[in-house]
Amino acid sequence: MATKEMELKEKHEVKKTAGEGTRPGPVFVPAVDILENMNEIIILADMPGVESKNVDVDLRDNQLTIIGRIEPIEKEKEISLYKEFNWGDYFRQFTLSNVIDQSKITAKMDNGVLKLVLPKVEKAKPQKIKVVSSS
Amino acid sequence: MAVIRLQSNAEEGTGLSRLHQEVNQLFNLFSAGADPFFSRVYPAVNLTEEGDNIYVRAELPGVSPESLDISVVEGRLQIRGERKIVLEEQNASYHRRERESGIFRRTIALPTRVDPGKVSASMKNGVLTILLPKSEEAKPKKITVKTA
Repeated sequence: MATKEMELKEKHEVKKTAGEGTRPGPVFVPAVDILENMNEIIILADMPGVESKNVDVDLRDNQLTIIGRIEPIEKEKEISLYKEFNWGDYFRQFTLSNVIDQSKITAKMDNGVLKLVLPKVEKAKPQKIKVVSSS
Repeated sequence: MAVIRLQSNAEEGTGLSRLHQEVNQLFNLFSAGADPFFSRVYPAVNLTEEGDNIYVRAELPGVSPESLDISVVEGRLQIRGERKIVLEEQNASYHRRERESGIFRRTIALPTRVDPGKVSASMKNGVLTILLPKSEEAKPKKITVKTA
């Protein structure tokens, strides 16, 4: 299989209707891959410039929120000569259709890529309820 | 570790390719800051200057430093590499697939002469930073006027 040449895609800013941020600067939508297997949902998100300690993953009522904040990468004294992209934070939300075991979620940052593993909750197995006579 | 290949006078473009380079250089010159001629070549780069150093930065999430090939040829910086996306879960099905993979090659005309022997590159959190120290002749020099 021939390897294809990559095309440049502009970073998409989060629409302001999603709630205004309290920090100045742009907020981008990270590109994601979402995979699902029998036991888990895996989300991979590109968030270059984000350190693992600056990633927030929040899940409540099936709403998954991913936030990545960047720390200044350029030094203050640097003068811009040529600019093709802006640095910025990342924000993305998903509504999950599966019940997730919150306590077993794992998140890992590797070279600017967030890997999120969301284990599905086992469906409640049908159980027979024995009726005990009180005699 | 990123490999930095040093070349001098290796490929002096001729004819069309040279014209192409010159046009690109002109575009780069005029597009500083405002960027009306977006290059459309992956990866997007930012150029900054601080004292005697030039910095080139690019967002390359998930690109391993080993796959990068960076070289400086006659005032041009070339970044080549490949972004591989490994499917870890063989039995998984995709719901979304937005992250791209493939090879890339980007050439940037540098605004000043740099010392190819002192170029260094580092990757941090998916951000590539290339440090290019200006060559001696590009540094500002103070000329003292002697009285005769």
